[in-house]
Amino acid sequence: MRAPYMNPYLAGVLLGTLLLVTVFITGRGLGASGAYRSTLSAAVETVAPQHAAANPFYAHSPVDTSPLKSWLVFELIGVVIGAFLSGVIANRLEFVTERPRHVTARRRLIMATLGGALFGIGAQFARGCTSGAALSGMAVMSAGGIVTMLAIFGSAYASAYFVRRLWIPAPEASHGPARS
Amino acid sequence: MGPLVPEIITDELNLIVALLVGVAFGFILEQAGFSSSRKLTGLFYGIDFTVLRVFFTAGVTAMIGIVLLNGLGLLDTSVIYINPMFVTSALLGGAIMGLGFVLGGYCPGTSFCGAAVGRIDAMLFVLGGLVGAFAFGEAFPSLQAIYTARGLGDLTLPGVFGVSPGVVAVAITIVAIGAFVATGRIERRVNPDGPVSRFPVSRHRMAAVALVVVSVLVARLDRPEARLLATATDRAYAQAHPVRMVTADEVAFRILDDDPRLQVIDTRDAAAFTAFGLPRAINIPARDLFGKTWRDILGRERDLKVFVADDEGEAVTAARLATLLGYENVAALQGGLGGFRSEILGVTAHASVAAPNAETLDFRRAAAPKLTALIAARGAAKPVVRTAKKVAGGCGV
Repeated sequence: MRAPYMNPYLAGVLLGTLLLVTVFITGRGLGASGAYRSTLSAAVETVAPQHAAANPFYAHSPVDTSPLKSWLVFELIGVVIGAFLSGVIANRLEFVTERPRHVTARRRLIMATLGGALFGIGAQFARGCTSGAALSGMAVMSAGGIVTMLAIFGSAYASAYFVRRLWIPAPEASHGPARS
Repeated sequence: MGPLVPEIITDELNLIVALLVGVAFGFILEQAGFSSSRKLTGLFYGIDFTVLRVFFTAGVTAMIGIVLLNGLGLLDTSVIYINPMFVTSALLGGAIMGLGFVLGGYCPGTSFCGAAVGRIDAMLFVLGGLVGAFAFGEAFPSLQAIYTARGLGDLTLPGVFGVSPGVVAVAITIVAIGAFVATGRIERRVNPDGPVSRFPVSRHRMAAVALVVVSVLVARLDRPEARLLATATDRAYAQAHPVRMVTADEVAFRILDDDPRLQVIDTRDAAAFTAFGLPRAINIPARDLFGKTWRDILGRERDLKVFVADDEGEAVTAARLATLLGYENVAALQGGLGGFRSEILGVTAHASVAAPNAETLDFRRAAAPKLTALIAARGAAKPVVRTAKKVAGGCGV
């Protein structure tokens, strides 16, 4: 039997406390998408060192160490471990494509990949994602972080209606007149 | 005083901290339900506002906590990482990410959680993220103009609105509670069996009131600088906590003796310091005593740190402030720089300035030309300007 999810406000207080402790210890907040860049820098440097050297995107500091030896890469390894432990405790481990019943697995996987790619691009533009820019930015009252947050959620709400069939089944005729 | 990196926690140890922070981060996100794309996207269809509740509660908690730690003098917020503001790329990137969110059902952090508990869609989202970042990276040379357009630096909301961080904290707390109430109503209507239907309403009301009270109390703590300055200049406090005074003769003697345990700290402005200053003196305006900028010098316990200013009162205030900030072995120059000039440097010209005894007068007569030469050798020394070294952070690095 799967355990119920934690009360969201309790989870929020715990997450906020974690963020506070992180800022107190390290002077920086939580993040996620930055690890993409570190991983890519490491990969491109290995495969095509000259190509990497020519593009400032793959630059990193300190230069003499691997970009994988970065704070966010270590943090994300921790995230995977922590989420796995939580999944074990709550009995939520399952190798499955999560999708609404009316959406095929193939469609869901294509959309997940596409969404991931968009996030990959957008997070580089905005210098952070929901974790590094929006959440951590809000905690330190960064105007840039809060503008990014508003843009993410504004854009998501604005486009949600047009892609609603990815998540919500079309109303069936037997249920009476279609919901608006 | 935080942040503990890099002085107390080394960069190597910081990576272990990162791993532990990550474990807690992943655990909390998964416990809250963020490994499920359907739960996450429920936010955008009014079905399940869990994400908003967790997100805003976390943001408000951390924000109030940071204001509190800063108010208690435990955290130097001038060195923590502030996401820089680039208007164009923030808006463009945010808009692209929003679309990615509703299509993909995850954001980067949550996709790692979903992948960790076996969700194949989350694994592909992670993969897609790498592909997207790679595409951005390859196009980066031609995107750089957009990427750096309309940069406003480390802009914060208190800076934008010209109010204290405490006021911003209270305002955002109230906005968050308003959002909780409004989205709770929407969720009840759209999804009567949703998570909100199981909330004990009265307890949540009490929690909301308590949160506002806490944020207001914390906001009142705000601005430790102003509070400490007020204490340092308070007359009753001054009488109860006298500052150690050092005579001009002692300072002159120690300068000529090349005493390595003497550090003269000039608190005047940069222009006055450039025009005239004591040999080997460093320039730290009183407002720069806060924070960690000069901690390395001020924190040397065995050095006698003598504050000097044009008049004695200013030097005493700066010395008292340094003591309040926890620095030890602090003193102020008796008679100020004006006194130093007339008593020591001008000893022959101002015969009227009485020396306490013949021995002192002899010392002053011998010291004056040597000190004058040292001061001339110093020339128009520009003060060393130190800006607080920021912690590197964010997702760009």
